[in-house]
Amino acid sequence: MPPLELLVGGVMLASLTFYVLLAGADYGGGVWDLFAHGPRAQLQRELIAKAIGPIWEANHVWLILVVVLLFSAFPPAYALISTSLHVALLLLLLGIVLRGSAFIFRAYDTAHSGAQASWGRVFAVASLGTPILLGVVVGAISSGSIQQPGETVRRAYFFTWVAAFPFAVGLFALVLFALLAAVYLTLETNDAALQDDFRRRAIVCEMVTAVVALAVFLLSRQHAPAIRERLANSWWTWPLQLATALAALGTLAALWTRRFPWARFCAAGQVTLILWGWALAQYPYLVRPDLTIHNSAAPPVVLHALLWALAAGVVLLFPSYWYLFHVFKGSTQKSPVRHG
Amino acid sequence: MSDLVAARSQMAMSLAFHIVFAVVGMGMPLLMALSEWRWIRSGQQVDLLLAKRWAKGTAVFFAVGAVSGTVLSFELGLLWPKFMSWAGAIIGMPFSLEGFAFFAEAIFLGVYLYGWDRISPRAHLTAGVLVAVSGAASGMFVVFANAWMNTPAGFVLQNGKPIEVHPAAAMFNPSAWPQSIHMLLAAYAATGFVVAGIHAYALLCDQHNLFHRRALQLGLLVGGIGAVLQPLSGDFLGKSVARHQPVKFAATEGQFESEIRAPLRIGGWPDPEQRRTRYTIEIPGLLSFIAYGDTGALVRGLNEYPRDVWPPVVPVHVSFQLMVAIGFAMTCVALWAAWRQWRSPCIAGSRVFLWAVAASAPLGFIAIEAGWFVTELGRQPWIIQGVMRTTDAVTPMPGLIVPFFAITLLYLALAAIVILLLVRQVRESPGESGPQPRAGEVLR
Repeated sequence: MPPLELLVGGVMLASLTFYVLLAGADYGGGVWDLFAHGPRAQLQRELIAKAIGPIWEANHVWLILVVVLLFSAFPPAYALISTSLHVALLLLLLGIVLRGSAFIFRAYDTAHSGAQASWGRVFAVASLGTPILLGVVVGAISSGSIQQPGETVRRAYFFTWVAAFPFAVGLFALVLFALLAAVYLTLETNDAALQDDFRRRAIVCEMVTAVVALAVFLLSRQHAPAIRERLANSWWTWPLQLATALAALGTLAALWTRRFPWARFCAAGQVTLILWGWALAQYPYLVRPDLTIHNSAAPPVVLHALLWALAAGVVLLFPSYWYLFHVFKGSTQKSPVRHG
Repeated sequence: MSDLVAARSQMAMSLAFHIVFAVVGMGMPLLMALSEWRWIRSGQQVDLLLAKRWAKGTAVFFAVGAVSGTVLSFELGLLWPKFMSWAGAIIGMPFSLEGFAFFAEAIFLGVYLYGWDRISPRAHLTAGVLVAVSGAASGMFVVFANAWMNTPAGFVLQNGKPIEVHPAAAMFNPSAWPQSIHMLLAAYAATGFVVAGIHAYALLCDQHNLFHRRALQLGLLVGGIGAVLQPLSGDFLGKSVARHQPVKFAATEGQFESEIRAPLRIGGWPDPEQRRTRYTIEIPGLLSFIAYGDTGALVRGLNEYPRDVWPPVVPVHVSFQLMVAIGFAMTCVALWAAWRQWRSPCIAGSRVFLWAVAASAPLGFIAIEAGWFVTELGRQPWIIQGVMRTTDAVTPMPGLIVPFFAITLLYLALAAIVILLLVRQVRESPGESGPQPRAGEVLR
């Protein structure tokens, strides 16, 4: 049996994957709300709101699970990350609060449309900024420059994340989330014109993804050397890169030929592979150069108890989650066509 | 403002804000599920309309509660990294379980809010019940973790580090049940009373409105049961505090001297310099009886402990007195409501009664904030009672006043918006013409 901390780490990676695939797409939906244009701008916004309304709060909980597992199973890593990335995390929280509140205010502030438009704008802008900050945090952790503060304020609390590499990762996260959202949204409607709007966005996004991925890779040579080294020289890297590229091409091909369920499968696979590639390159470090998942893990008895709690929780969680998606996502084909 | 004070203020403010939304998120689902259950039994449209209205309120409060709860899960590390580094592994269990309870709450609230015409009424009601149950569970799990800070358990201290950690013993620490039951009842009492108060006010203007009457009844049912049971749970918690946190107990009661036959002090203002509590009504022996079930028992006073482990006595005592006074007032209103329900044909028939209920609308929340102050301030100077001081837990980051002001401004704005939305929604209530749901009234 693998060490307990590896199992907990695996659960955290799985939770992060669900967060990215599900909540990531909710943020992406907000981005497409911001960039809604053309004759069907209003219909696009309504489709996005309808698609994410019932599920975004449940999807958001994956992030909380990741955070809770981080501080329960790897307390020193949580303490170090939240100390040195204080400012970036605070901005991330600002985005999370504004996105969620504005979305719900827009849904329930029915008094006049002016207010609704303002809430919509806040929701959309926060949906754009939050994924960037999420990527910035991941990028700063990956860059290996996080250390116990002791230096000057600017060095310790800003230099680690106000840099090209973290922001490149932030942009990468944003583009991937937008890609997921556009691909998923093609399956949320029967309206061919609306479907095509998001199909085109998805195709453009997939191309931008390639460019941003290249930029991140090039920047990593100087700014995240350790992770770059692992990505370049491990046995698993070429099969993984190849599979990611194939998934990306599969997404494009499926979008081109309007096989939307396949596009969803390929895009989710592509994003998952990117995330897992990052995790493999990061392994066994949580925060380079000092904290690994082995030396920062809680005592075995704690990890054991956590794993039992997780097992019990999952037994309740997955049927409920399946039910949620069954109720709201299972019947797109039956819903009436509103336009076109 | 020093960084420590800024950090403490930010944490206090974040919790004081979140607690309101968390409490409504525990209480409102119960109300909406009860109303829907009544609709399924009675078939009356007014009950359905009420359930839908309450669902809207729940949606707003749950969303703001969810995001402000997320802020807290990060703030534990942003502000108190040394505490989390030390204790994260020990108190991770209740937080992890809370994560799953929160999942269930979010999932079934999604089903409830958006599933009115997608699933059968019975399935829909079940979703509502599950929201209420998981909301209560998630609140209780979080309080388990807070209780551990008051009565740390489940580890052995060696050279300042915890060893032999026992997660279950940590989770079920001595304060876990007393504190979480007290919080749960407080949530029901506060939510029930604020709902009953709003609709009592509406009935003062429109006495025969069936919609408001139903709402008043259900609000008083949930709030009243919570308020009547709360003194019992308060006694249970008080005995636990007397036993495990004698310094906090002495501060809440304004007890400076150790004495047998200690009196219960009603009101009063402690003077830590003179070491006595002035302007108070004393009932001899009652404090000894409350704490230990024996009027002759010895209650230890603050004088037995060094000054540097005293909590701020004045705010702790005054907050405690305020909480207890409000609790008694709410219990009285609840008993009055029960009497009216039993003796008179119409619970809403008396204007005096309606005024009393309307006036008590905000009381539960004031009591909750006051009680939270007692718990947290009463534990100072410790972040983990007897183990780690708050000063030793704070982040080394300078300039903490900036995040404090940022978060404060954000929350003030959110609070103002939520109040505005709430007022608007209450104003839109069905008028005298009767509670006919209008087109477009139905949630998506």
